[in-house]
Amino acid sequence: MRTHSTRRLLGALAVASALALTATACGDSDSDAADSSPKDVKAALEKGGKVTVWAWEPTLKKVAADFEKKYPEVDVELVNAGTGDKQYTALQNAMAAGSGAPDVAQVEYYALGQFAIAKSVEDLAPYGAKKYDKTFTPGPWNAVTQDKAVYALPMDSGPMAFFYNKKVFDKHGVKVPTTWDEYVEAARTLHKADPKIFITNDTGDAGATTSLIWQAGGRPYKADGTNVGVAFDDAGTKKYTATWQKLLDEKLVAPISSWSDAWYKGLADGSLATLSIGAWMPANLTSGVPAASGDWRVAPLPQWTKGDRTSAENGGSSLAVPKAAKNKELAYAFTQFATTGAGASSRVAEGAFPATRADLESKAFLDTPFPYFGGQKANQVFAESARNVGADWSYLPYQVYANSVFNDTAGKAYVSSTTLSDGLKAWQDASVKYGKDQGFTLD
Amino acid sequence: MTTSFTTDSTGSSPSSPGHRASRTTPPATARPRTGGSARKSRRPPHTPLNPRPSIPLTLVTGVVVLYTLAPLLWLVINATKSQRGLFDSFGLWFADDFNLWDNITRTLTYDDGAFVRWFLNTLLYVTVGAGGATVLAVLGGYALAKYDFPGRRAVFAVVIGAVAVPGTALAVPTFLMFSNMGLTNTPWAVIIPSLISPFGLYLMWVFALEAVPAGLLEAARIDGSSELRTFFTIALPLLMPGTITVLLFSMVATWNNYFLPLIMIKDPDWYPLTLGLNAWNAQAQTAGGEAVFDLIITGSLLTIVPIVAAFLLLQRYWQSGLAAGSVKE
Repeated sequence: MRTHSTRRLLGALAVASALALTATACGDSDSDAADSSPKDVKAALEKGGKVTVWAWEPTLKKVAADFEKKYPEVDVELVNAGTGDKQYTALQNAMAAGSGAPDVAQVEYYALGQFAIAKSVEDLAPYGAKKYDKTFTPGPWNAVTQDKAVYALPMDSGPMAFFYNKKVFDKHGVKVPTTWDEYVEAARTLHKADPKIFITNDTGDAGATTSLIWQAGGRPYKADGTNVGVAFDDAGTKKYTATWQKLLDEKLVAPISSWSDAWYKGLADGSLATLSIGAWMPANLTSGVPAASGDWRVAPLPQWTKGDRTSAENGGSSLAVPKAAKNKELAYAFTQFATTGAGASSRVAEGAFPATRADLESKAFLDTPFPYFGGQKANQVFAESARNVGADWSYLPYQVYANSVFNDTAGKAYVSSTTLSDGLKAWQDASVKYGKDQGFTLD
Repeated sequence: MTTSFTTDSTGSSPSSPGHRASRTTPPATARPRTGGSARKSRRPPHTPLNPRPSIPLTLVTGVVVLYTLAPLLWLVINATKSQRGLFDSFGLWFADDFNLWDNITRTLTYDDGAFVRWFLNTLLYVTVGAGGATVLAVLGGYALAKYDFPGRRAVFAVVIGAVAVPGTALAVPTFLMFSNMGLTNTPWAVIIPSLISPFGLYLMWVFALEAVPAGLLEAARIDGSSELRTFFTIALPLLMPGTITVLLFSMVATWNNYFLPLIMIKDPDWYPLTLGLNAWNAQAQTAGGEAVFDLIITGSLLTIVPIVAAFLLLQRYWQSGLAAGSVKE
């Protein structure tokens, strides 16, 4: 209850400070964009100094230590300033206050647009970031670039996969679904066999919904600079709503929020039978659900059309350098170190899911057995999914706000008689209205 | 999570004076009374201090006791479980294995001993913040109660007004102000706002009005005692129960403070326990993060221990404070 209202308040603050931010950001234009070069970065590394990094990603600890070892003059201060929207709020507050902003910040792909359009993150192209266009897989690279600018470097990615509790499926003799129709069927069979079992949980999660629409071929968002479009009525979105509405109508998804302790409990005791989620999930399962070790397996995401192999991204984040950073060259040097080459590989070894082609294609990565998944070489499934991510997806330049009102609009489908497509329409209206208020052109 | 438990400890304490009252009753009733009943009974007759037992009231009290103690019990029981045990055993009973000592060790050492650092931070904030707030409240309350000076009514209005403004509403403006002064991310950002306790000041003011008789101060002045000396040797001992009450209130408020540090402090090295435990909890909600529910629960238990201890140690001073002024002397 308390955290809920705090989150509300923080959401309101985020919006308020985003407004302030766009206002101030217009004033100081991007005059200081072109005066940095790869040479300056090298000089900064020799000179040394302090880099403050706001990130919640656990494998960065190792990277920070490695970086300090390689460049003894540099001191990396890793700060966990909250996760997701909490951190973005803090970031925007610090920027609005004019002090206390970090040199490097972890920003999820869906949120990057908000910082890019406000010009509150540095364009990294002049520092030499352009040369990495073949280093990263297309999905994440597409998410951090806009026209000629590179607003961040991809840190990890989240190609989706289908995690299922093999023990539960075996016990009730249910075949692992390969299409979403089979998925609905499996949901019915499992729930009928044991009313405690749900195919999955869902209480309305903007990230999960947009990911599945993405996979179904829906492209609800158009973003081209300040020209924005929101339309949840294309064929892909309809495929998603038709199927998911069945699950909601028949109460086949558990009313449990993701990441809650009830969720972890459900994953542990088999009452939540599957998850369609990003490839970063194994680390969470291993540490959070040790009791179900050996029960779970990984399969490709069920398809909307039989025989297809389309996938989508779910989550994933980048490292960006705020305009307010004190030592941008050094900040870029750290960002580069953490996201490419040896830094990226050491993070993958610690359990992060790569956004770099080299790591994704390396034999060692592909052949790693996962004891948690009964020895399955799960990375092969994930890598395959990364290759099959549907192209041309884009988020709104104010997706953080849009996601924050998902539950007030589309979320109604989960708690009342509102249908999912009506809910999405309400979400669309709220997003359009906010965009107009912010000065975007909506068509 | 933490908040609800500590509210319980504050909530259950007022019941203690009740126990005390019933304990002191027998001597009072031992005196011969007029109009006593003719019935021979070893039970003392019912008086306002020893009322007739009421079954509905007892039931309601029982429910309230359960309501306040159950979360505490839950916390103690679940601090003994491993992460696995947390998920596959009944919430209000022990799991098969007993992990309390192991959990405590791991809580204290996890993440390079971050918990210990946060504990010391909290201790610092409470000692300087709540201690300072109490000193200021006592000095201010005494001055307002015992000295007449221009603008006293204005101060009264401001204090009463300040009691009505929740700290949460002031947090963001305070953040912007402190940020300009370069104080964010330092312990001062938490300590300075904690020093101001309008409620404490008000409480001390009202208490000082009653507890320190004007005649006593007059007598001291006539005997040639300086104002400072009068305050320290005569007024301060009389003010002690009120002081302890204010100290307890500000200690609890500072110990549980969440929103202010959340806004002010980004550097985990300066986190208080509330933020630290929340950060551990947030780990379970991020991709690639490590879920440490067992450590959060054990950490919460360790977090409330000092505040419970403070109440147990200080409650007798507090009780005599509650009773002060209730009898006309």
